[in-house]
Amino acid sequence: MIPSGHAAIAGLWVYLHTQPLLWLTATLAAYAIGVVLHERAGRSPLVNTVAVAVALLVSMLLATGTSYATYFDGAKFVHFLLGPATVALAVPLFRNRQVVARAIMPIAAALLAGSLTAACSAMAIAWALGATWQTVLSLAPKSVTTPIAMGVSERIGGSPSLTAVLVILTGIVGAVIATPLLNVLGVRDWRARGFAVGLAAHGLGTARAFQVHEMAGTFAGIAVGLNGIATAVLVPLLIEFLR
Amino acid sequence: MILALTLLLGCQLGGEIVSQALHLPVPGPVLGMVFLAILLIARGRLSLELGQAADFLLRHLSLFFVPAAVGVISNGARIAREWWPLSVALVVSTALTITVAALVFQSVERLIARGRR
Repeated sequence: MIPSGHAAIAGLWVYLHTQPLLWLTATLAAYAIGVVLHERAGRSPLVNTVAVAVALLVSMLLATGTSYATYFDGAKFVHFLLGPATVALAVPLFRNRQVVARAIMPIAAALLAGSLTAACSAMAIAWALGATWQTVLSLAPKSVTTPIAMGVSERIGGSPSLTAVLVILTGIVGAVIATPLLNVLGVRDWRARGFAVGLAAHGLGTARAFQVHEMAGTFAGIAVGLNGIATAVLVPLLIEFLR
Repeated sequence: MILALTLLLGCQLGGEIVSQALHLPVPGPVLGMVFLAILLIARGRLSLELGQAADFLLRHLSLFFVPAAVGVISNGARIAREWWPLSVALVVSTALTITVAALVFQSVERLIARGRR
């Protein structure tokens, strides 16, 4: 029996809705729309590609009553590429190895100061404004790349899934404010600019830095790796000290 | 392309194994990045293929964050309840971190440059 038009569409939806293909395609399409809007806005950091894509996808999920678990079943293929992309950060590092080796002292100093500032200031502000302790803990690793941040959050008693969201929001904030903020500060060195953005806003800051300048992107990538390691070591010690 | 992707995934796998086996707080992909950097430095050159694969992945780096970011819908209630401390902490702390890191980098760099002269 051939189902009538309406029932056919409903049946098709029931089928596609639970298939990875639909949400994988939707993720790429939402991101593509974000890219187009970003270009239309003259590559303004205010129109953030990830923010646009997330807003579109969240609206779609809410409108169709789809759970995050169903969505992620399709989107996990995109999520997976975060791993090899992190490994690939070694390539720009290698290409610019001489420049990096010469800047080893400023890198070490900025890493220590920046890493502590990121964790301490976020926790102090949230605590002072009355956030619950678990939320304060979930904020501590907000500046580092998602897998490290979630691991640290779990270890210190935060909520890993809340941390994952806070990490991305930090990345968006960092990508949006970095250029105007660094201009106001009068920092013109691409290495310092890139390193600061990568340290504060991980991969999303790095993506933004690569858009602006290859050298800034390289130093941002170095900062992501180094701050990931520094935070994984320092934040658990810091929490131990606060208890 | 296949060789380059195998190398990238192989480094990630190696990082994952070392991280799990030694119970390190550092996740596999970050160790994988360190392994690939060591490999490249030991070899002294970068193949065209690996360069292209890495450039492709890094050009679309922010896309890979989208699925995790959509997780915002699972944490909606808590974020709605604590939106004020969360948003102030995120914006102020991120601005402060960028400022401190950039200024410390710049001043140490200048100090060293002055010392060299």
